[in-house]
Amino acid sequence: MKYVFVGLTCAVLVLAFIGGSAYYKGLQNEKYGFMAEENAELFVRDHSPTLGSDDAKVFIVEFMDPACETCAVFAPYVKKIMAANPGRIKLVLRYAPFHDGADNFVKILEAARMQGKYWETLDVMFKTQGVWANHGHYQPEKLWDFIPMAGVDVEQIRKDMHSPAIAKIIEQDMADVKALNVQKTPGYFVNGKPLQTFGSKQLYQLIKSELDRQYPQ
Amino acid sequence: MSKPDQAAKTNWTLLFMGWLLVSVSTTISLFFSSVLEYEPCVLCWYQRICLFPMVFILAAGLFPTFDKSVIKYALPLSIAGGLTAFYHTLLYAGIIPESIQPCSQGVSCTEKYFELFGFVSIPMLSFIAFSTLVALLLILKRRTSK
Repeated sequence: MKYVFVGLTCAVLVLAFIGGSAYYKGLQNEKYGFMAEENAELFVRDHSPTLGSDDAKVFIVEFMDPACETCAVFAPYVKKIMAANPGRIKLVLRYAPFHDGADNFVKILEAARMQGKYWETLDVMFKTQGVWANHGHYQPEKLWDFIPMAGVDVEQIRKDMHSPAIAKIIEQDMADVKALNVQKTPGYFVNGKPLQTFGSKQLYQLIKSELDRQYPQ
Repeated sequence: MSKPDQAAKTNWTLLFMGWLLVSVSTTISLFFSSVLEYEPCVLCWYQRICLFPMVFILAAGLFPTFDKSVIKYALPLSIAGGLTAFYHTLLYAGIIPESIQPCSQGVSCTEKYFELFGFVSIPMLSFIAFSTLVALLLILKRRTSK
């Protein structure tokens, strides 16, 4: 009798937790859906780097940080999904350099963009990240050794990275991070819908559901 | 029903209430951190360390029948948690200046996430829960130390 009673209480608590999460996530979905409709620039700014076709109907907005390990792991995964659905997906990168000093890497990346080597540089950064950002221990001086691999003019980057235009981009992105309540990187929104539980499978399902909705078979 | 039987039943019910309290608190705490994604600050973690194990310790004291040694094991945890919560509440309310708080990294301990009815903060909820539990355990201690 006691066992049943205590067991039932546990079950009620677990159910309340699950029900509460489902309810909260429903509310969040509604909220972000509304924001995506009414306030699209929160997700995509004019300055945001994008990859993929302009005609794509599925927008993946990724809040990232070049020094974030999980972002590096997810980058090829997202590209693979994009390659499997040519012309249908557009990737928009936004910056969320949460850690002290992480904004420096964003500045380097944006300076490389001025030379038209954005994606190449990001690729190099992600591939060598273990060396210069090992577990949050940032060693920017080590990154400089790798940057030339992207085929950029390093001296120019050193000059350009302190431009006020880049600082402004980071400032705007961080303001949107706050407005959209992004707390972790990478933070994904697919057509304005946030990735509710983090994981590669969940991300794939979210993208898949939007693909199916936008491109019915 | 004989008198000792009745007393044992009341003891069990009191402990069950204590267990219910810590289980509900744990559920709410986990809901805050994993669903609402409120990042727990350092002081919150100290309180969680005191709170979470009590779900199992108090449950163990309920079976097969009420075991009074549970009081001995649960009291230190609830007092430690209660003191931390008291300190946290004062810090949050601004009675202790933030400059002497121990948490320098991560989330500030005075970060406002949630206030029930506009004034009941998370540290206050924690303090209420821990002190109720201490009171329950002390009542049980008196009832069983005859």
